[in-house]
Amino acid sequence: MLANWGYQDGSGGYFIVIDTDVCDGCGKCVEACPEAVLEVGEDPADPLRDDPVAFVTEEQRKKLKFTCSPCKTYLTAGGKEANAGSTGVAKASDRKNLPCVASCEKEAITHSW
Amino acid sequence: MTAHETARAETQQENRELWRWEESRWTNPDIDWKAGGIISAGIDVGSVSTQCVIMVDGELYAYGSLRSGSGGEDSALRGASRALEGTGMTVDDWHYCVGTGYGRVLVPMAKKAVTEIACHGRGANWMYGPSIRTILDMGGQDCKVLRVDERGKIVNFAMNDKCAAGAGRGMEVFCDFVGVPITEAGERSFQVDEEPRAVSTTCVIFAKSEAASLLREGWDVNSVLAAYSLATAQRVVELMQRVGLEPELGITGGIAKNRGVSERIEKEIGMKFNARTWHNPEYAEKEVPFDTQIAGAAGAALFAKALAEKQKGK
Repeated sequence: MLANWGYQDGSGGYFIVIDTDVCDGCGKCVEACPEAVLEVGEDPADPLRDDPVAFVTEEQRKKLKFTCSPCKTYLTAGGKEANAGSTGVAKASDRKNLPCVASCEKEAITHSW
Repeated sequence: MTAHETARAETQQENRELWRWEESRWTNPDIDWKAGGIISAGIDVGSVSTQCVIMVDGELYAYGSLRSGSGGEDSALRGASRALEGTGMTVDDWHYCVGTGYGRVLVPMAKKAVTEIACHGRGANWMYGPSIRTILDMGGQDCKVLRVDERGKIVNFAMNDKCAAGAGRGMEVFCDFVGVPITEAGERSFQVDEEPRAVSTTCVIFAKSEAASLLREGWDVNSVLAAYSLATAQRVVELMQRVGLEPELGITGGIAKNRGVSERIEKEIGMKFNARTWHNPEYAEKEVPFDTQIAGAAGAALFAKALAEKQKGK
């Protein structure tokens, strides 16, 4: 299952997508995220699944644009200087450098913006 | 009519609750719940409405749908007693109950809380049948787009619950503002000479002020309703495209009853939603009312059955 955690408002869509068929609940993304956006536990979208899975915490689902903004600004591609003045929207090619995305060995995490 | 009577009639008109939609309940007379089948129940405590569905061995036995109160626990209890009305069954007879919706953790009799995403997928699959692949649920306070497989298991989903725009509550507020009963809003929005442009904003608060200025410009109420319905539809379509559209399409939730919005969505995406009829020919034959609002609670009841069996097996 592709779980799109996040929201859409007038300024755009902000979703962290987790492929739960690939995710094995290892929890490395939880450690990698500086803002505690992710957690591992019982799949909120599939009560009959036995294995734990990563998902975005309920608290963070409605503010991802803001919570993820520091990573988008500083940790993508060329580092802090290259991204000075960035809007907090990472280029698709740079998103693999986000801490959560990079930490996932199974490549189960993607960002939509 | 005397002046006094006219004044009173006007007051009554003012006091009409234009946002109020029809509450419902139904019992299956052909099922004897005392026969010993697994009795599972699902209670969907939403932000605007509460539904309770009771099943015996996975067959629909009874359901009730009503407006949520301010307390989740109270709403759950009222929902349960609405469904139980006249059945002789009590909450103690339930083998397993699953709570879902915004108030899912507040359902006192629920042994487990399951998110509405999972429940709606399962419930819509049960109502519309296994050929359904994409489900749009327009609830009171959020809208969800789910892609499911033939068993109702979620394959991909997105949910927008950041604001009331594109949701039932927004439509309620808007109907109240323009003075049109919500049950007539869909019909009225088509009684226009020409389809207007969408209101530019779908935030309920701002849409209201935009409607006020349109009315001042001389627009009639039906055109304003059409403009708001179109804006709501466009808003939802963005979310649908994110998840992807795979036929066949099903629509659940309260707004499914508003053709002003659902038909505009169909026009925007160039696809049709399946007819609001039961997949199960038995239910269709019995003329069980097809209430799109019960999908979440129905899914919860089906999960309750699965969980009850799992528990027994252990």
